[in-house]
Amino acid sequence: MTTDLISSLETIVGSRFVSGAAEERYLYSMDQGTMPPSEPDAVVLPATTDQVRQIVLLANERKVPVVPMGAGLVLSGLTRALRGGIIVDMKRMNRIIEVNPASRYAVVEGGASQGMLKAYLQKHHPELKHSMPDAPPVATVAGNVCIHGSGHLSVLGGSHSDMLTGMEVVLPSGEIVRTGSCGVSGQWFSRSPLPDLSGLFLGWAGTTGIITRLGIKLFPNYRHNDVLIFVAEDADLMPEMISRLTSVQAAEDMTPWMTPKPDWARGFLHINIAYGAHTKKELTFKRNLLQSSVREYIDRKIAGFLPLPPPQKGRFLKIPSPDLARFADLRRGGGFEYVGAIMAIEHFPKAYRAGLAIAEKHGVAYSLGARIIGAGHCMMFFFAYAFNRADPEDVKRASDALEATNTAALEIGGIPWKAELPAQKQIIEKMDPDTFGLMGRIRSVLDPNHIMNPGNWEK
Amino acid sequence: MQPIQYNPDLCIHCETVDCLMKCQYISFTGTEEAKTEKLKINGGEESRVLRECLTCYACQEYCPFDNNPFYLLVERQEALGILPAPRPVVEEQLRMMAPKGRITPQAVSGVVVDMCAFPMLTGCIRGKLFEGATTIVGTDIFCNIMWLHFAKNSTIRERVPRIIDNIMHFYLKDSNIRELICFHDECYGTYTSVADAYGIDVPFTPVHQFDYISGRLNELQDRIKPLNVKIAYQRPCSNRLVPHTDKALDEIFEKIGAERVPRTYDRETALCCGGVPRAHQRDELADELVEKNIDDMIRTGATYCVFNCPFCMATLAHEVAERGLMPILVSDLVQIALGE
Repeated sequence: MTTDLISSLETIVGSRFVSGAAEERYLYSMDQGTMPPSEPDAVVLPATTDQVRQIVLLANERKVPVVPMGAGLVLSGLTRALRGGIIVDMKRMNRIIEVNPASRYAVVEGGASQGMLKAYLQKHHPELKHSMPDAPPVATVAGNVCIHGSGHLSVLGGSHSDMLTGMEVVLPSGEIVRTGSCGVSGQWFSRSPLPDLSGLFLGWAGTTGIITRLGIKLFPNYRHNDVLIFVAEDADLMPEMISRLTSVQAAEDMTPWMTPKPDWARGFLHINIAYGAHTKKELTFKRNLLQSSVREYIDRKIAGFLPLPPPQKGRFLKIPSPDLARFADLRRGGGFEYVGAIMAIEHFPKAYRAGLAIAEKHGVAYSLGARIIGAGHCMMFFFAYAFNRADPEDVKRASDALEATNTAALEIGGIPWKAELPAQKQIIEKMDPDTFGLMGRIRSVLDPNHIMNPGNWEK
Repeated sequence: MQPIQYNPDLCIHCETVDCLMKCQYISFTGTEEAKTEKLKINGGEESRVLRECLTCYACQEYCPFDNNPFYLLVERQEALGILPAPRPVVEEQLRMMAPKGRITPQAVSGVVVDMCAFPMLTGCIRGKLFEGATTIVGTDIFCNIMWLHFAKNSTIRERVPRIIDNIMHFYLKDSNIRELICFHDECYGTYTSVADAYGIDVPFTPVHQFDYISGRLNELQDRIKPLNVKIAYQRPCSNRLVPHTDKALDEIFEKIGAERVPRTYDRETALCCGGVPRAHQRDELADELVEKNIDDMIRTGATYCVFNCPFCMATLAHEVAERGLMPILVSDLVQIALGE
């Protein structure tokens, strides 16, 4: 069966781009997180939308699972082949198809990486940029949009799925659909004013289709950029501080962080605030707006901005930030996972305290933080745990801490983001049954043979 | 630990109240008001000066009686709980700069240069100018004078004796070396002026970088290729504690053929670089100081903006370079003259 499957896949994409070799299946069986490995039968790398379509048709015919994958960096094991089948690695479909400077959008293929798009824009459109997540540059644009990711322009533009302007998707049935304006006009400027079908593919963990192209919003790339670091001691004041800082709408990105290492940072709550401007005068104006928004706390001497001479600002302006990667290697051994929970800003103090309590109880190395989404509309609060993959006890500690964190996040009123399998089940448990029922009916309509990433979003 | 050395009678009978009247950042209606505020400070009472002070150290230099007005002001700020900067900003920096206890004994030889907490600058100690020198660096020997900017005399009292002990115990004592070259005049100010005013014993002889370099230039006279350039000097706050060393700096510039151009903001009227006001959350004032300093330098037609303080350089260098001046440390400028 597998030999036959591989042979059929070779017919579609050529023999160089299909593998059923044990070492390939092993590499594709896991990501860097704590979820146990699960091997596919085959891995295939298509180069065109039509090849993706043919692969899906083949899988339907054979009733073989299909798992779409970008860079496989989700950390929560969403691209593991839980029931075997084919992993469709999209990395060959990595073209930047179009940049529209007037309407500020880019159209890229489903496997185009964040780093490629950044480099392309720097070279060809230096006046524009896109919102980069704090993931390695090889992470794909499509993957991050699909998981409702966020990044360095999320205060300005919301989550990355909010920045989506349209998609080309190969449905589980093999049909090719286009959501947003591109489905009507051929241009990718907006998801409105049509019925918004993009939501059928966002947050579904690859269970409803394979994205082969997408349009995303671009933003002005400023010549002058700066960062402020606000520091406070009282977690209970954080929601109001965040609210004030976002109210002036000067920042592009706002990332609170709390970490026990280095020692000097333990117990303090920081907010990195990145902003940019076309001129120095405008930059100073924005800085003054941000500072004046929290002047009351400064005057009370209970919070303030760290004095950072220009040479020290460089590391905080790097995109993606190297700090999380540094933390990820804290325990050595290549293990890193976090619970990012999307939640309301007012839950910040509870989430912070829950994170501290869980880290202490489970004895794990932790880093807590958040990324503010929109003008203080919500946040992705993260509880990150580093572990040594070569040490099973360390993996177990991190895994237990993650499970406890998912539970805590749900109890607080948040929702685990890009939830791994156990967390998906916890969410479903808490979800309105009619809503979950609708999810099931939509899947059945789109994917009658239930081939798309089975095992995910199931009871 | 003994209180700050000062004589209240000198202030009572002072006719000029230079410590406050010469202040470039706080205005007074006249000597009478300044005297009233000064006597409030001396008496441990609230004074607007305690809240408005930029902590530029300049009053230490202005006082004709060397009566330690600035150290006393900081003492009063701390006693009255008047923080120039928000508490978390100060507390976090206190932790960052605390002695970490990571120091280990090290044999030192030649001249020993104290690089304070600036490991990134140890590369400056090179060439003939510092031939055979050993550098020591790190938070375990950080001079801690910066806490004068944050109403933390208590930290100075607590940490300075410990770091002096570290310098002696881990470096100088076993190598039988008695002299310590201070690369930054904050360190020199700590081991001379602060130590004297706070009653802290210093068992080694601090030597200011300027005195060392000036002496070394005498020995390397044959190698000097005069630069024939105009330089604008950014005098740091800590030099207010040791103003006599400014003369040695003039000698250095003369020896290397650098003309220290007259600035509106140099010597006694030097203006803060703007770094500390940012820590005090007074960014708009800091912007103004940066602009005034650089405009002033540009007006002189200088080629270089010369720094002794690494913090001043970190604060101003980028803007200085953008405006067309070359930012450089004193020692690097001297090394250019030595062809190194």
